[in-house]
Amino acid sequence: MPEFVTIWINGSAVRVPAGTPVSIAVLMAGHSEFRRSVSGEPRGPLCGMGICMECRVQIDNQAHCRSCQILCQEGMTVRTHD
Amino acid sequence: MLGHSKMTTAGFDVAIVGAGVVGAACALECARAGLRVIVLDRDPIGGGTTGAGMGHLVVMDDSEAQFALTRFSCSLWNERGVELPPEVEYQKCGTIWVAADEVEMAEVHRKQDFYSSRGVAVEVLDYRQLAEAEPNLREGLVGGLLVRDDSVLYPPCATRFLIEKAQQQGAVLRLNSTVASLGSHGPVLSDGSVVSAGITVNAAGISSPQLVAGIEVQPRKGHLLITDRYPGFLNHQVVELGYLKRAHSVTSDSVAFNVQPRKNGQILIGSSRQYGNREKGIDALLLRQMIRQATEYMPELKNLSTIRAWTGFRPATRDNLPFIGPHPNNENICLATGHEGLGITTSLATAELLVDQLLKRPSKIPYEPYLPGRSGERRADA
Amino acid sequence: MIEQRYRTDILVVGAGPAGVAAAFRAAESGARVLVVDDNPQCGGQIWRADSKKALDKDATKWLDRIRDSSVKFLGGLKVFDRPEPGVMRAEGFDQVVACRFEKLILATGARERFLPFPGWTLPNVTGSGGLQALVKAGLPIEGKRIVVAGSGPLLLAVAGYLKERGAKIQIIAEQTRRFDLVKLGLRLLKCPKKLQQAFDLKMKLQGIPYLTNCWPVSASGRNAVESVTLQQGPKEWAVSCDYLACGFHLLPNTELAELLGCRIEKGSVWVDEFQETSVQGLYCVGESCGVGGLELALVEGEVAGWAATNLKEKARERFSERRKWRGFAAGLNRAFELRRELKKLPTPETFICRCEDVPFSRLQSEHSWRSAKLQTRCGMGPCQGRVCGPATEFLFGWKTESVRPPVFPVRLGSFVPSSAGDAPAES
Repeated sequence: MPEFVTIWINGSAVRVPAGTPVSIAVLMAGHSEFRRSVSGEPRGPLCGMGICMECRVQIDNQAHCRSCQILCQEGMTVRTHD
Repeated sequence: MLGHSKMTTAGFDVAIVGAGVVGAACALECARAGLRVIVLDRDPIGGGTTGAGMGHLVVMDDSEAQFALTRFSCSLWNERGVELPPEVEYQKCGTIWVAADEVEMAEVHRKQDFYSSRGVAVEVLDYRQLAEAEPNLREGLVGGLLVRDDSVLYPPCATRFLIEKAQQQGAVLRLNSTVASLGSHGPVLSDGSVVSAGITVNAAGISSPQLVAGIEVQPRKGHLLITDRYPGFLNHQVVELGYLKRAHSVTSDSVAFNVQPRKNGQILIGSSRQYGNREKGIDALLLRQMIRQATEYMPELKNLSTIRAWTGFRPATRDNLPFIGPHPNNENICLATGHEGLGITTSLATAELLVDQLLKRPSKIPYEPYLPGRSGERRADA
Repeated sequence: MIEQRYRTDILVVGAGPAGVAAAFRAAESGARVLVVDDNPQCGGQIWRADSKKALDKDATKWLDRIRDSSVKFLGGLKVFDRPEPGVMRAEGFDQVVACRFEKLILATGARERFLPFPGWTLPNVTGSGGLQALVKAGLPIEGKRIVVAGSGPLLLAVAGYLKERGAKIQIIAEQTRRFDLVKLGLRLLKCPKKLQQAFDLKMKLQGIPYLTNCWPVSASGRNAVESVTLQQGPKEWAVSCDYLACGFHLLPNTELAELLGCRIEKGSVWVDEFQETSVQGLYCVGESCGVGGLELALVEGEVAGWAATNLKEKARERFSERRKWRGFAAGLNRAFELRRELKKLPTPETFICRCEDVPFSRLQSEHSWRSAKLQTRCGMGPCQGRVCGPATEFLFGWKTESVRPPVFPVRLGSFVPSSAGDAPAES
């Protein structure tokens, strides 16, 4: 297993240790706002354990993925504001 | 029916049992006509069949009587559309009936003749136009029929809107009230008290046969699923044409491809029909059949995040027409029930036809086909 | 999507301490044991793998035991449906799995209770355990100013952990009264292990104000939280911060048990003396049958693991220890009961349902969870009411409804995976 993987967040490359959840990569890339709520509020992770669904992002073209429960894989493309 | 001798002074002119969409529409129509009306329900507004349904306002062509009622009612909804508040999520998205083969395409043309000769705006789509209208449909479909003026709404909020309008015009709403039976002076509650009323309207949907003898309304179970929000994924209510063949088979369970775009981008996925199943739980096997049918027509649905599945029971009659009018054996009781899967669509017309009969007003369409005592409805041995 | 199929004697859902202990004891008798968890790794929340720090002795012992045993672990899978009796189906990011089992042990753990107050939806307002989970997973926290608030022993553990990782803990705000904590403290005296833990924590947290009778009344900030206003008695003041880590004790995750028809009592899964639920052959252990902490979870797991493999005498040997920890848990839960004053936190505009953005004012006219759902969409979003359900239960006394599949949102296709053919891949 490689020590680091590179994923793409909103078009920018982000290098993180292997085994890092997508949510952490998004936070480390400087996005505290993961999505907008249905009325337009900024939102980010709340529960950190896959319950609250606030950390949803688009991963590899799949919308509404819980970023805190999915680990970064080499070449993954992530979009915030899913 | 509602001769002045029958008007009670102490109580209400009309007591409606059931705060679903049909009861709500009836309450508003009664209140508009100046009748003193009360609505009773043991559950929240729209908590029965109304809350479980799709909210598709659709002109149907199974029979002339069904067409007349659905068309009249859709025109009433379209008139009201402008005044519905945003939470009702009224949207004139149209219906597309999809043909998968040449036989079903022939049905498209038959429907086109039927609708257009009766003044309903329809448009035949070839396979290319169909793909353009709904890019997520699978390839290889033959075409479809677009019924432009069909629409969708969110039934629980539509029902509350109707009730609140009725209340503004003097109607009384009493929830958490379980009606035990229908007496000659009005509904009898489970605590033994009587709500005094000249006429009692049984709009209790699947519970209506428990309140009064002599009517046959069977629960017909259905399943639905709803997805997360995917704006732009689906543009119309899309229904397969195999639907009609299967939907009315009384003997066996059936599923059909029937999807609806919600205004917020969520997608409702149906549908199923089961007779004789009174279990509220999800039927895992049928749910899977329903999903397979849906993903067969629209493969990309497979990748959409599904939030919820649920079941509901439609109040079905033997001839697929509702009961609207006086009970054949009890002139103090009226029926407004048995709307099967078309209660949302036909609620407004039902209310008008009911109040027309109560007040002996001329009606805009004939009400005879929906009278509870109609021939052909009751069993030969009953 | 192709469904991967497994067949096992005992299926354990949840790989926290309770699930790990259950799996290990069940495997002792030679039974085939499969453990699935939503998290990618074994350990649950409390033993969540830490990117920077080694786990403690207890955690290492149990996780080593599992690794060296015959127990098979599958991570990153959320169990969402029971397609037929004796089979559970789970979805992963790129797979669907079906597990056929003889007996099932649920160890679905607990989640934090969140209470709504103005500003609680801002980014960087997280759960207390929520922030800890993010930091364990690699979120850098050095030098960040953090307010830890809410209720429960977790607040202290989280504050201690974050401090160790270089965060600047501004304050710990605990809603309960000092009196209730003193009562709890007296119980600790009878429990040397807990007393030692409390003492260690106290040393770690030296210099950090720990205020009781204190809670956040609002959080504010432009794009993320910048400041939180705390209240203690008549006093109200603002504290600037980079994170507000706020959770009000824990709630059992009972959804899967409810789906399977288990009796629920006072918010927890009911179990008999062998941890068997009201459904035969279905066991429940750890926080999902009552919040009780690590030690209780381990004992309950062992009892169920043995009981499910017919080693009831061995299970019995643990009853007295379990009794002790249950007594301790009861005292703990009493000490951190929610204050009625917290019901006044939301303003009319405060969103109670974060998925559908339903404000407090729209819920005040509703009379039940069902009518609120139907009329306002409260609880109808993708968290399926896991956050707002307990909040409305506290605020309005509403009881939530029955659970139906999917227990978590899943791709529609996961309900209808294609089978791998006549020779299913079984393990």
